[in-house]
Amino acid sequence: MPDTPGKNAIEVRGVRKVFGTGEAQVAALDTVSVSIRENEFFTLLGPSGCGKTTLLRLIAGFDFPSEGEIMLYGEDIAPLPPFKRPVNTVFQSYALFPHMTVAENIGFGLEMLGKPRAEIDARVAEMLKLVRMEKLAKRRTSQISGGQQQRVALARALAPQPKVLLLDEPLSALDYKLRKEMQIELKRLQHETGITFIFVTHDQEEALTMSDRIAVMSSGKILQVGSPRDIYDRPAERFVADFIGETNFLDARIDGIDGSKAKVTLKSGATISATLPDGFKPDGEATVVIRPEHAKAVKGDGDISGVVENVVYFGTDTHVHIRLDDGETFTVRQQNARGAGTSFERGERVGIVIGDDAAQILKD
Amino acid sequence: MATAAEIEKQTEAREIRNRWFLSAPALIIILLAASGPLLIVLLYSFLTPGPYGDVQWTFSTEGWVSVFLERDIFDDTLSFASAHLTIFWRSLKLALMATAATLIFGFPTAYFIATRPERTRDIWLFLITIPFWTNLLIRTFAVLQVIRNEGIINTALINLGITDQPIQMLYTDFAIMVGMVYVYLPLMVLPLYASMEKLDFRLVEAGYDLYATRWQVLKRIIFPMVRPGVIAGSILVFIPAIGAYVTPSVLGGGKNMMFANLIELQFGQGRNWPLGAALSITVMAIVMVALLVYVRNTSGSEARHG
Repeated sequence: MPDTPGKNAIEVRGVRKVFGTGEAQVAALDTVSVSIRENEFFTLLGPSGCGKTTLLRLIAGFDFPSEGEIMLYGEDIAPLPPFKRPVNTVFQSYALFPHMTVAENIGFGLEMLGKPRAEIDARVAEMLKLVRMEKLAKRRTSQISGGQQQRVALARALAPQPKVLLLDEPLSALDYKLRKEMQIELKRLQHETGITFIFVTHDQEEALTMSDRIAVMSSGKILQVGSPRDIYDRPAERFVADFIGETNFLDARIDGIDGSKAKVTLKSGATISATLPDGFKPDGEATVVIRPEHAKAVKGDGDISGVVENVVYFGTDTHVHIRLDDGETFTVRQQNARGAGTSFERGERVGIVIGDDAAQILKD
Repeated sequence: MATAAEIEKQTEAREIRNRWFLSAPALIIILLAASGPLLIVLLYSFLTPGPYGDVQWTFSTEGWVSVFLERDIFDDTLSFASAHLTIFWRSLKLALMATAATLIFGFPTAYFIATRPERTRDIWLFLITIPFWTNLLIRTFAVLQVIRNEGIINTALINLGITDQPIQMLYTDFAIMVGMVYVYLPLMVLPLYASMEKLDFRLVEAGYDLYATRWQVLKRIIFPMVRPGVIAGSILVFIPAIGAYVTPSVLGGGKNMMFANLIELQFGQGRNWPLGAALSITVMAIVMVALLVYVRNTSGSEARHG
């Protein structure tokens, strides 16, 4: 699905959002454009203050863009108040109505849409079943646990069958185990309902495991949009490479370009092949990134060489920190197999073999 | 074992003694300042009026009879004391109207303050409480200055040619209402603000998100959540309003009396202390019944939700 471009559910076109006036003006979103496809699990990923929540609030209608358009299935919804948008939100704090029961919370949206009582009751029952909360329908929202509140918030937002569901860091208040459970639950719900999900998070692992596509944001801009694999394997910018996973950054000189590949010479003198990002303007110098698990440490010669500085055992794998001859550090992650596997000593001289297709050139 | 039980008994006795000792100040205040005077008033209402005020120690229900009934001075027949009933009705009506009006004006005011940035809220609250710095009588005379026939409003209306005769506002029920709303508005705004300040405005957003219009959000989300503030504010306004004395006597003139003025009349010129005492207890009863009905009705729907 991620690679087959379908219909666009949401199209954000040149949206700017400025808070404050005059000197104190801050651009929370700086000319952002992005298309979100129908039925996809789309994640806005970035550190706090990157503008991801602002973008979500603009789509929900709680704030209005200073410039630009937000199209929902071809219709500009940017000027509409939230209650006129067929879009619902799952809030970070859940924002359940404390003066209503679980069932009343779930039925609220349908009630406001003026649906007949029988239809509301049927839909509420269906939703309670979907989130496995049938037994707690009559409870007040203060009488249920955090995870249950989360489910009610989901059911409440899904009940009116929105065209797009917005989720604002909905799992951040849950403990680790519950969060893992809810991640699977969310994927299941998205699959079963077929509703487009726009999910906001600062947790890269959550983004990688749940999303069809991810938009990485920083300082009010979208830096890169792609599938989790694209984002992880082919980071286009330093921020993306750094924010998601661990990476080795190496300075390099571009010797020649052949299609999407380039021959680069590293500072240490070694020559390797690296993938070019889209829209790259070569100017001789470049930064190459290599994921720790895409390289291998060997005894003897490799593409580059250095001295082992530290070996850290992690159970499933071992991190080998190597000081390269040019002074840079390089981390290699090796999987631990039973019995077999090479072990390294501190101070040992090793070679690093860089796998085919492992090196990626950054735009900046 | 026996000693343990004994010790326990002793401790218990000491605890009871301590409890009485510690609550003594509160009990003394309740007995002397609240129940005592009330009992005296109740006692006086069953005595006979003295010729120059005060009471004579003879039992009589005449005070209570004349709360509702009038004795004809020639043939001793009883008829409804329509003057009293008019005053009862006016007091109740004006107090209810003043409560409603303070709620209507106070609600948006409190909402406005609660939605301001945190550091400016105190300034707004401060502005709301400024009238409290001035004596009630002076504030009431200020209202009089504004609404009297030669006052600012009428002068402006005449000069603008909207009317050529001054509109008679002073010495009407309307004047009393205006005066009471002005004086009691902060009593409504402050408890309303207190409950609105605690309101989680993300719930308001959630309401909008779930297709509730502004009016529906107000009715279904904001109002139920600030209901304690509405109840507290209404009680705080209704009680002083139904017993208002200064406002009706300054702005209502002689003929638009309210309860308090009638009571004052019996203890003063009327020289009928038993009637005054009976009237006082009647007001208390009315207020208590009104509050009971109100609180039961408003918190009833809350209880239904769980």
